[in-house]
Amino acid sequence: MLSESNLNKVEQLRKRYPTSQALVLPVLWMVQEQEGYISEDSMKYVAALLHIPFGHILGVVSFYTMLQKNRIGKHHIEVCTNISCMLRGSVKILEHIEQRLGITVGETSPDKKWTLSEAECMGSCGTAPMLAIGDEYYENLTLEKIDKLIDNLK
Amino acid sequence: MNLRPSDTEQLNAWKRVIIPDDRDLYKIDHYLAHGGYKALKKALEMKPEEVIDEVKRSNLRGRGGACFPTGLKWSFMPKNFDKPKYLCVNGDESEPGTFKDRQIFEYNPHLLIEGTLIACYAMGITTAYIYIRGEYGKWIKMLQKAIDDAYANGLVGEKILGTEFSTQVYIHRGAGAYICGEESSLMNSIEGERGYPRVKPPFPAQVGLWGCPTTINNVETISNIPVIISYGWEWYSKIGTAKHPGPILVGVSGHVNNPGVFEMPTGEPLLEIIYKRAGGVPGDKGIKAVIPGGSSTMILRGDQLEGIRMDAESLKTAGSSVGTAGIIVMDEDTDLIQVITRIAEFYYRESCGQCTPCREGTDWMFKILKRFQRYEAKKEDIDLLLDVANNIEGNTICALGDAAAWPVQSMIRNFRDEFEQRVQTSRFQEIVL
Ligand SMILES: Cc1cc2nc3c(=O)[nH]c(=O)nc-3n(C[C@H](O)[C@H](O)[C@H](O)COP(=O)(O)O)c2cc1C
Ligand code: FES
Repeated sequence: MLSESNLNKVEQLRKRYPTSQALVLPVLWMVQEQEGYISEDSMKYVAALLHIPFGHILGVVSFYTMLQKNRIGKHHIEVCTNISCMLRGSVKILEHIEQRLGITVGETSPDKKWTLSEAECMGSCGTAPMLAIGDEYYENLTLEKIDKLIDNLK
Repeated sequence: MNLRPSDTEQLNAWKRVIIPDDRDLYKIDHYLAHGGYKALKKALEMKPEEVIDEVKRSNLRGRGGACFPTGLKWSFMPKNFDKPKYLCVNGDESEPGTFKDRQIFEYNPHLLIEGTLIACYAMGITTAYIYIRGEYGKWIKMLQKAIDDAYANGLVGEKILGTEFSTQVYIHRGAGAYICGEESSLMNSIEGERGYPRVKPPFPAQVGLWGCPTTINNVETISNIPVIISYGWEWYSKIGTAKHPGPILVGVSGHVNNPGVFEMPTGEPLLEIIYKRAGGVPGDKGIKAVIPGGSSTMILRGDQLEGIRMDAESLKTAGSSVGTAGIIVMDEDTDLIQVITRIAEFYYRESCGQCTPCREGTDWMFKILKRFQRYEAKKEDIDLLLDVANNIEGNTICALGDAAAWPVQSMIRNFRDEFEQRVQTSRFQEIVL
């Protein structure tokens, strides 16, 4: 299931840790980056690859919020609503995005283009309010900036 | 490490050493050309115990939240040990209001790598894992590039700088869990477990990663090490306050005109930080409340900030703590019930669920606070809330329970009137006996 180059990376990673269980998180990241999410079949695959019980893999995937068990939208918008962002208007930001996309927090649009989530502090409090799409941070947000961002991604 | 800070005690004259103005330090050639990795070279010419001694005498205290003396922590590591020993550098940075370690990854990654290597040398460690929160994908790439460059220059890996000292440095990426910043859960996370905290003792220096002696230090703590080695403990220990010295990265967010991370000697007056560095409050409004060190620290009243300084001792006296030095400013119009409800929600969501008082207690606090927010609370709910908080504090395996209780306790202590007001206007007022 993992691509040839990813499998090579797994072999490289083995040298970094004394146990194969330590590869669980790095390999799950690899799967998610390759597939977009971590299906049950993928978990079974990782279990076999690392010789770890499936139940353990499932436990890990369920524990970490960034690991997705289901296929989500192409653009995953995560809006920080923690305190520093809240003080600088994240509630309005979130409402505006809901309106623009026609979905509410926790939903994925029917065309699978957008998923909208609320997030905890992402370490951008000095440039609040902020949101993240994948690894990319969008900071010092205004409603105009959001409109532009959504238009560009459409 | 290039810029020699001026010796003056004049706060504003502080010449930054952790995040200098120089924006090219992330390039290894530039870093090397400006004295980079000289501290490592110097350390390798010392005996490991001399390095630990230097750090001890510098009085450096951890920047991850608990202010634990770093040299003392290092000295707990067994010497001449036949099993491997490990260093975990904590870059989980998930405490709300905290955004400082990210600056180091971005602007001075080699300082962190250099510090990591010196720490490994001092404690006889041959593998270091830098644990970084999963959301920091961009910064992980930046740091990885710097590590790759250091490997390519013979600064990390086998026989560093032609000596017998060898150390590997790896990044381990988290995946979204505040609790993984807690040191024992961080180790479980590296081991491929769920991020549950472990019972202490045994402490990590005895039984850590894979049962081996392990030291965990914050990213900023480790970045102070090259500074100490370069300039010596004597110089370092005189920066800022005596009991908690050194440069500190202070983040200011919330209702200020110029939010950001500011490097300064410890002990700068809180009000000066807010008004001079962070540009004061928009619209010249008054300050209602301040959280001084990330969301886990006790909230302070805006009218009682006079005389409080940004260091461990002063904030302790003021009834709070320096935490991660993430100051959150709230102006006079802030709805503190909304603030504390959001904070309670955070701990409720992030509790790992292992200990009953924390799992159930954070849920209860959040529920009761939502009643206040909806104007449905009764007068007794104030003391009920306090009671729940008091029963979490001190009754859990890790400090997340305390971190959840403190903001609630301090909010009631300092702003009881806000809660009472919500009761008075409560829709259920009539049916309260
Ligand atoms: C719930 C919780 C979360 C924590 N998160 C972090 C964190 O994100 N980064 C960090 O350096 N320390 C964090 N800590 C503190 C660590 O347990 C540990 O004390 C610290 O990394 C030690 O480094 P220092 O001695 O250099 O400060 C957290 C502690 C708790 C209880
Ligand atoms: S509170 Fe939103 S990034 Fe920290």
